[in-house]
Amino acid sequence: MTRKQRRLTLIGVTGAVLAISLGLVLFAMRDTIVFFRAPSDIAAQGVDEGVRFRLGGLVEDGSIRRETGQIHYFRVTDGGASIEVRYQGLLPDLFREGQGVVTEGAVDGSGLFRADTVLARHDENYMPREVADALKAQGLWQHGDPAPGTQ
Amino acid sequence: MWTKLANPGFFMRWSGRLLPWFAGATVLVFATGLYMSFFMAPPDYQQGETIRIMYIHVPSAWMALFLYTMMSISAIGTLVWRHPLADVSQKAAAPLGAAFTLVCLITGALWGKPMWGTYWVWDARLTSVLVLFLVYAGIMALWRAIDDPGRAARAVSILTLVGALNLPIIRFSVDWWNTLHQPASVFRMDGPTIYPAMLYPLLVMGLAFALLAITMHAYAMRTELMRRRIRTLNILEAERLDSRAAA
Repeated sequence: MTRKQRRLTLIGVTGAVLAISLGLVLFAMRDTIVFFRAPSDIAAQGVDEGVRFRLGGLVEDGSIRRETGQIHYFRVTDGGASIEVRYQGLLPDLFREGQGVVTEGAVDGSGLFRADTVLARHDENYMPREVADALKAQGLWQHGDPAPGTQ
Repeated sequence: MWTKLANPGFFMRWSGRLLPWFAGATVLVFATGLYMSFFMAPPDYQQGETIRIMYIHVPSAWMALFLYTMMSISAIGTLVWRHPLADVSQKAAAPLGAAFTLVCLITGALWGKPMWGTYWVWDARLTSVLVLFLVYAGIMALWRAIDDPGRAARAVSILTLVGALNLPIIRFSVDWWNTLHQPASVFRMDGPTIYPAMLYPLLVMGLAFALLAITMHAYAMRTELMRRRIRTLNILEAERLDSRAAA
């Protein structure tokens, strides 16, 4: 084995060991690396009152209710379970029915999620408005949410 | 072939001839790409005009990863073959990569505020790109910490290769964990999810950024080679004066 081959082997072995150990660390930490938890997880695992976490999912159709003083009620769903959320403040522009959102807060005694932050989540689809309208007209719209300006 | 390309003199000669053409091509493709992105591309159905930030943000992210990948390959060239151009290429790539990463982070924050409702969150994608920026900064600091170019190159190469473990994490962070950042739209198994009228300007901007990165990288390599030549001449001159004083 030449010196070059020895150095290459050393780098390869060290890299593989580092990669495996990093992979194990990330695998062990997978529950804390996720940015938000889904309503189904909360329903299955349960969560203590007053413990802060981020709840993510889609805004359920027809669940948005507005009260004076910028108080908003809506349900966050992932298709399985859904949780009622209360939020006071300005909502992001993208907020609407069917939109992905991430809210941060805690569950109170009545099972209501009191959020102090609501972030809109953008998906990976980019298209001009006319295309979105055409897809809707043909009934091919799959995002489940109305295009802006139509609601 | 390999040994011929390894020659810094060969690199200086050919880069000197080719670089003006690369610089010209960069300006042309950039002008075309910017015109397509800012005047021809339609506004997005959700984001409106804000989508135009993407035409800067996404190519910057590509270049941040591309330059780090090149730096990692050069690091192997330095450690295994002691290639005389590999560590020059590494040293030239670090500040460029850091700059592209910073542009990516800033444009991302400016897009995040109107779209998500926040400049910054600590999700897996954003955090791993911030780590990439810090690794770039650490590499630049380590280059300056060790005076001898050969020893500095070996120390930096090890740091570079350890930092390379972050690259797959950045790429797949949006698939492995749920994040606020959206998943990939261009490089994905089932094809791009960007409408062609928006995809083509993005690809032209990608080419423009690639030309810019390659051109600036080659110029930075030439500067580094000349800096080393001056360093060697200074050392020789000092030794000559030293021996004369001793005699």
